[in-house]
Amino acid sequence: MTFSPELEAKFDKLLKSYPPGRQRAAMVPMLLFAQDEVGSVTRELVDEVAKRVGVQALQVDEVITYYSMLHRKPLGKHHVQICTNISCLLTGGEELWKHACAKLGIGHKEVTPDGRISLEEVECIGACSWAPALQVNYDFHHQVTPEKLDQLLDRLRKLT
Amino acid sequence: MADLVKLTINDRHLEVPAGTLVIEAAKRNGIEIPSFCYYEGLALQAACRMCLVEVEKAPKLMVACTLPVAEGMVVRTETPTVQQARKSMLEFLLSNHPLDCPVCDKGGECELQDMVFRYGAGESRFTEQKVHEDEKQWSPVVFFDMPRCILCFRCVRICGEGMGVNALGVVNRGVLSEIAPNKGDHLECDECGMCIDICPVGALTSGTYRYKTRPWEMEHVGTICTHCSNGCKTTLGVRNDKIIRGNNRDRSGINGEFLCIKGRYAFDFSDHPDRLQTPLVRTGGKLQPASWSQALEVVAKNFQDVKQRGGRFGVIGSNHTTNEENYYLQKFARQVLMTNNIDHHRTGDVLTLLDALSGRNEALATTQDLYQSKAILVVAAELALEHPFLSFQIRANYRHHQAHVYAVTSQPVREDKTATVIVRAAPGAELSAVESLREKLKAEPELIILYGDAIKGDGVRKLVAFGTSLGIPVKYVPLVDYSNSRGAVDMGLMPELLPGYQPSQAFGLTWADMLASEDLGALWVIGANPLKNAELRARNAFMVVQEMFLTDTAQIADVVLPAASAYEKSGTVTNVCGEVQRLKRAIQTMGAKPDLEIIGLIAKEMDAAAVVGPWTSDSVFEEIRKNVRGYDVPVAMIATGGAAQTMPVNGRIAVESRTDLIRSTHDNLFTSGTLGRYSKMLNSVLERRLNYH
Ligand code: SF4
Ligand code: SF4
Ligand code: SF4
Ligand code: FES
Ligand code: FES
Repeated sequence: MTFSPELEAKFDKLLKSYPPGRQRAAMVPMLLFAQDEVGSVTRELVDEVAKRVGVQALQVDEVITYYSMLHRKPLGKHHVQICTNISCLLTGGEELWKHACAKLGIGHKEVTPDGRISLEEVECIGACSWAPALQVNYDFHHQVTPEKLDQLLDRLRKLT
Repeated sequence: MADLVKLTINDRHLEVPAGTLVIEAAKRNGIEIPSFCYYEGLALQAACRMCLVEVEKAPKLMVACTLPVAEGMVVRTETPTVQQARKSMLEFLLSNHPLDCPVCDKGGECELQDMVFRYGAGESRFTEQKVHEDEKQWSPVVFFDMPRCILCFRCVRICGEGMGVNALGVVNRGVLSEIAPNKGDHLECDECGMCIDICPVGALTSGTYRYKTRPWEMEHVGTICTHCSNGCKTTLGVRNDKIIRGNNRDRSGINGEFLCIKGRYAFDFSDHPDRLQTPLVRTGGKLQPASWSQALEVVAKNFQDVKQRGGRFGVIGSNHTTNEENYYLQKFARQVLMTNNIDHHRTGDVLTLLDALSGRNEALATTQDLYQSKAILVVAAELALEHPFLSFQIRANYRHHQAHVYAVTSQPVREDKTATVIVRAAPGAELSAVESLREKLKAEPELIILYGDAIKGDGVRKLVAFGTSLGIPVKYVPLVDYSNSRGAVDMGLMPELLPGYQPSQAFGLTWADMLASEDLGALWVIGANPLKNAELRARNAFMVVQEMFLTDTAQIADVVLPAASAYEKSGTVTNVCGEVQRLKRAIQTMGAKPDLEIIGLIAKEMDAAAVVGPWTSDSVFEEIRKNVRGYDVPVAMIATGGAAQTMPVNGRIAVESRTDLIRSTHDNLFTSGTLGRYSKMLNSVLERRLNYH
């Protein structure tokens, strides 16, 4: 499997960051970076990472199924993660979640038919002070209201 | 000796070596701390929380399976808090357990049942629906019943650490966690069943045993596996004269609880429908059923005829028969048939090694040495596939004692994973490649060298010279194929050797010469199939075959006598390291007789019973102890199920041997000569058809 030169460089650096014989420690960051480039953790990617860090594919599967931020299926271009954990729940997170589902016509870990937006209900994202919070890919949005959410989703729909 | 640490457990004052875990300190002093995930010899897991104990000055209950002892530590294992914790843990485990004990294979010997019986609460507060998943079949050997799993990860660890296979993993998280096989929906692995037997509950079950019986309905007979030369003890579960399972959960024997697929499941040849159960005599050109007395009469008469007209005999013995049978057979050949034309299929060069060592018996390694030696060198051998137990010992040694492993082979081998140095050499060039390790090996405090059949004759001498030149204590293991290949050589199933490596006066014919001889008068084959890939030149020779199945050889015989398998007789066998162990009869197969008895009955029919003596294994073993050098082993040790190493030589062996006849069949995990062809389990696994490593 081939990756972009930038990603290959990241892999090289990661594999050198751990003492000899401990290369498996690079597995999680490698998967995360590769997922961004490939779009999802494909079977091929699992085998490739297993080979590079020197474990069996099954051991990569163990990690993927453990961590919710590694996805086997491609997500939308904009992955909207809405927190419904305690602080957000108390401040309307649940309503935001329902609103987004209704508006987009999709549910947890589903993607709109045009592939632009996907939704995920997540646990605390560490933004309790600004609850209710959500995350689009790596960007945070604080003190979200249904109106703000509408605007955001409309913008995402149009954004290329 | 390591420093001792003083501590108290339940008001008892104990002294144990520093570094001991509290759970072990308790166990060694007869105090039980219940556990599921803790397993001696495997990596610590601390997953089940069954082993919680109270430790003075510790703010909360501590996990005894990962807690090392400390000076002055005060531990309590039976306080109300601890008891309550255990109850809660069990209640928790049962919250998603199907409790199908009445039909579960493990019922009656289940650790969860035992724990609940002993420590558990009789009631549960959980009313939630249990997570159900249907049972899955991962291979002909391994079945998985997810709801029964208590997530102790013993299976994952034994497969990864113990077997070096890593075929099992745990996927998902929390209540959805489950054990998963390496190929998505199935396994590609050694199919050893270690994971099944180590499972404390009935989550992993075997294709052989599942839903067949209740454990308490069986008798348990500890005997020795009849497949490879490693000599593992296997405990057969027998009901109504039928073997239902094999395992070694009591850890008796040299192998502890290790068994490969063959020792655990490949006993099923014993009741294969093609088993011969009546003698066959060729009449009118066809093999026809006959009574034992008719058949024996035909054999005796023809043997007498050949003898009287001064004809040539050929006797080919087995790599599977007992020492007693081998000794008795060669005695019969040499003293009744008056011939040295006796041989067997030679699978490794033991003879040259013993000669080259010329009496240095301390240079012969035991299977225990493989677990303890500081360094191990594997030359031209695929241990994981062909010598599974030896390979297991080396892995355990690496894990527990950080042994240095050196692998000099032509192909990648499993030992590579634990190797300090890997040397790849072209097939046949392994011996010269060993030289490159000289400096490294010299620096080791000791070494064991294991070598395959490619190293023979001069090769063995060179290897021993190399070992000696290192200037450190070196031991050797000459690898051989079958359950008693070693005993066949020791007992003199060789034209050039009498029992105990005494050169015979006049050399007889080798098996190859027998088959090629134009004027062979009679050929007697016991538990071997020499005509599988060869022709018998003397088409008119009178031919007797003692066998379990109608092999290529048996098919052209004049008389075929149905033989008992190793699981149907007593006697002793000698493993690859020269350790003698005793077989114990588990079942009886109607119509078949042990080879010892058959040979005795032929002697009787020929009026030669007095020459060969009584045909009970005990009396023949006594004779072996007296006459065969090295076999003067303590009887009590063997009788109680132990292994005793033989010390075969005390000097050079002055004989020219046909080392060109040495050839291993390289049976792997899923093949075992004739026996393997008649084992349904060995034939059914996928890996047999794959290029499995
Ligand atoms: S049968 Fe043996 S090799 Fe296969 S998964 Fe179980 S322990 Fe591993
Ligand atoms: S299958 Fe058995 S051995 Fe494996 S984790 Fe579950 S209970 Fe433990
Ligand atoms: S390693 Fe050899 S002796 Fe042990 S169980 Fe397997 S075949 Fe039998
Ligand atoms: S609970 Fe939503 S960010 Fe912490
Ligand atoms: S035995 Fe200690 S946590 Fe399982």
